[in-house]
Formats: sequence, structure tokens, C-alpha cells
Amino acid sequence: MTAQNGAQGQNGPEKGTWRVKVGLAQMLKGGVIMDVVTPEHAKIAEEAGACAVMALERVPADIRAHGGVARMSDPALIERIMNAVSIPVMAKVRIGHFVEAQILEAIGVDYIDESEVLTPADEQHHINKHEFKVPFVCGCRNLGEALRRIGEGAAMIRTKGEAGTGDVVEAVRHARAVLGEIRRLQNMPDEELMTYAKEIGAPYELVKETKELGRLPVVNFAAGGVATPADAAMMMQLGMDGVFVGSGIFKSGNPAKRAKAIVEAVTHYNNPKILAEISKDLGEPMVGINVSSLPREEMLAERGW
Amino acid sequence: MVIPAPNLVLPKDTPAPGKADYAGLKIGILALQGAFLEHANMLRRLGAAPAEVRLPGDLDSLDGLIIPGGESTTIGKLAEEFGLLEPMRQFISAGKSVWGTCAGLIFLARDIGATGSGGHVTPPRLPVIDITVNRNAFGRQVDSFEADIYPAFAPDGPPFRAVFIRAPRIQSVGEGVQVLARLEDGTIVAARQGQIMVTAFHPELTDDPRFHEYFLSLVKHFNR
Repeated sequence: MTAQNGAQGQNGPEKGTWRVKVGLAQMLKGGVIMDVVTPEHAKIAEEAGACAVMALERVPADIRAHGGVARMSDPALIERIMNAVSIPVMAKVRIGHFVEAQILEAIGVDYIDESEVLTPADEQHHINKHEFKVPFVCGCRNLGEALRRIGEGAAMIRTKGEAGTGDVVEAVRHARAVLGEIRRLQNMPDEELMTYAKEIGAPYELVKETKELGRLPVVNFAAGGVATPADAAMMMQLGMDGVFVGSGIFKSGNPAKRAKAIVEAVTHYNNPKILAEISKDLGEPMVGINVSSLPREEMLAERGW
Repeated sequence: MVIPAPNLVLPKDTPAPGKADYAGLKIGILALQGAFLEHANMLRRLGAAPAEVRLPGDLDSLDGLIIPGGESTTIGKLAEEFGLLEPMRQFISAGKSVWGTCAGLIFLARDIGATGSGGHVTPPRLPVIDITVNRNAFGRQVDSFEADIYPAFAPDGPPFRAVFIRAPRIQSVGEGVQVLARLEDGTIVAARQGQIMVTAFHPELTDDPRFHEYFLSLVKHFNR
């Protein structure tokens, strides 16, 4: 994170530094961030042990079903959710929609998700996230996309998966892509890094830093299709820092119980006996859509440049 | 259930931070949720051996324990659910040293005062240090900040760049609690009562090991 840490060497109190932006994501690690659409949902999530909530008008499964243009949620709804819980509250803006981001910063959300789940506002450019004091999380499918977003100022990354499906296959594909590329990078001699940076379309300095760290320079959560404690624990065993669960909780038969089980699964991800106990009697999972049956134009993960 | 502990000023023969050998000290880090790897990295740098604590059995044979930053509600609920509260209380009662950072400070504080923003659910805790804290006292994430502080144990050293993230503050301390650091405006942000230490900020997010060294010197001192 040295490349972007302009804060060091200064003496006065300073807000919105790279270190405090990345730092909040570090505090979320080993936790579950849950999509909620009402203050009541937010309280259920907090009670279940969520480390943060994502405030939105519709969960991704309903955005899929509803169709039309999906936009930033009503700030009044987001504020009601912020007032209902003491855990951090995130909210989504459309890719490239910097004014939606200015609005969310003005009401004081804790993290902004520049999200492919909403309809993109710009088909070429993402938001210049360095200009904001509030930190951003962005989706990725591979290392190049992750490092482009970090280069634009994202202080946290999530692999995209395929939101609103309840099918974990894309989350696994994207996690394996990012982690596999980092493993290959670690074995690469330094003289190959510039060409590799060109090939994956990533800033050279961040490629170099990722090689040195052996991981992304920011926290990396899994997302998109996680529906069970076993799904969540698998993403942790693969090497993710934590898990976003969208439709998987409040589209299931017993949200409170499933939410608590997924939180516990992320803590005890390496303990199959505990995973077995907490997986019992959770009620109906969300119905789900096989990603392999989705036409390409309906794949949300394709959005982002 | 406050554990009586004298306001110890470290005696002269206690090794000064930074000059001691911490090899062989086994320090547990409560690894239920939050930034536990960052503490582990710093401890390794100082020669101590970190160990992750998720279940009561993980406390066996530890010399000290760190409650890391994270979400205090999440950490408290998981500690209660997996039966860690009573074993941790016994661990501290036996004289072992413990350090809570941010969420860990809330976890160890005797009293919770007014909350800066958001809801008012008080998580399960282990109230062992005689302080009153305000959660999210500085506001939301846009108000998170870095600032210089001057630790009481290193009055002549360079300032310590402290990182505050949706941080709590210590509203007041009881008798027998030593203030370890304040912000420029006087706000108390670090304190110690006997072998129990708390910081509202995150030394594990910096390259400055002085607070970790100070904690390891406490562990050595109280383990004798």
C-alpha cells in the first residue's frame, strides 16, 4: 500500500487517508456483509453477527426478476438503515456514476460499492475513487480487473461471482482466477512484470506490489452466489478474506438462522465438525438459478471495464 | 466483575520496551472476526509466537491474549456462542495479560456510555477494566482519522501515528487505571489497569511496534 499512502510523514490529524480507507476493510475481515432492504432486516443481520450491511432497495435476485434500470437506492431508506444499527453500512452506486457516489458520501455511508449489480452509468470509465474520503469496494473477475480498480482508488475488492443466482460456481471461478494469477505472478522473474502488466491491463506498480506481498494490496472478499454455510466456508478455505451474502439470506426460509450460521461458518471455516452442526435444520435455501442456464447478456459479472 | 489490579508503574528491573527478548512468548489472538493477522505479523516481527484463538481449548498454554479490532457486536456474539467468555475471564483472573484494540477495547470495558452514531445494541462483553467508553465516538467512516499521540511509556520518543477507524473513545477511567495516551484535545485513547491494556486505535496497522513491545513487556512482567 506504500504506492498510494500519501499520509505518512504528516503530523496533524487527517481524515480519509488511504490507511483509514483500507483499514476499515481490514476490520471487516473474517466477517459476513449482508444485503438488507429494510431497517428490520438490518437489525436481524446485526443480531446474527454480520460485520456490516449493504443497504439497498432490492436484493440482486429481485433486481433480476424486476428488470429495468437498477439505480442507487433512496437516500432516505439508507439513512433509516444507518440509524437502525451500529455496524458499518455500505450502499451501491452504478458503475461510473460519480454523482450517486457524492450523494452517498454526503449522507455518510461507511463504504460505497461501485457495483455491476446496478445498471452501469458509464460503459468505459469507472469512478475516480481517489477523490472521495469515503472508501470504495469494487468487483473483479481476475487480477487485472482487481488492480485496475485499486489503481482508480478502490480500498477493498470483492470477486464478482454472479449475484442473485444462489449458484456459487462463478464466485469460485473468480476467486480461483485472482488467487491463481497471484501465485503465477510470485514465480515470475521481475523482467517479465512489465509485459505481464500490459497483458492483464493493470498498473505496473500494483503488479510489482502484489508480487512482493503475495496477495492483493487490499482486502478481498468473495461475493455473488453464496447461499449456504458450506459455500461461505469454501470461499474462506480458497483464501478469501470474508464473504458478501446478498439474496442468499433474505430469500431463504429462515433468514435469522441462516444468517447466524453463515457468520459462524466464516469464523470456523476450517472446522468441519462445527460446520456440520451449524448446517443442520436451516430451512429452505433460496431457490436459485443455474448460472449455466443464464444467457450471456444476463450475466451481471460481464459489466465493468 | 472488575478484577482488582493495582495501578502498577513498571518497576526498574522490567525490561524497557524494544530492548528485551520476546522469543518463546506465546500470544493468543482472538480470531473470531477482524484484523487478527495484522497483530500476528507484528508479534512475529518482535520474536513472539502468535496463536489464533477460536475455541476455549485454544487458550491453553498462552502467555497473553490480544482482542483485535473488528466489529464489537460480531466478536461479542461469537465469543458468547462458542463459550469463550468464562474461560477468558479465568485467563485474565489468573493474572495473564490481555490487550484490546478498538473493538477489543469495547469488549473489555466495564461500562458503555452514549453511542456516537447508529443503533444501540450492546454486544456481549467481558467487562474487566474500569473504564467507560463511547462507541463510534468520532462519527462514521468519513470521520476516521490518523493523528499523532505521545505514549506515556515513551515520553521522549517520536510521536506515534495512531490510526482511528470508527473508533471508540474512553470517556472516563476509574481509580487504578493509568492513562497511556491522549489526543491533543485531551481525549483518552489508551489505558492500562494492571495487566489489562486497551487502545482505541490500531497499532497493528502501522509499522511502529512500540505498543506491541509495551504489551509484550507487560506479559513478561506479569508472568513472573
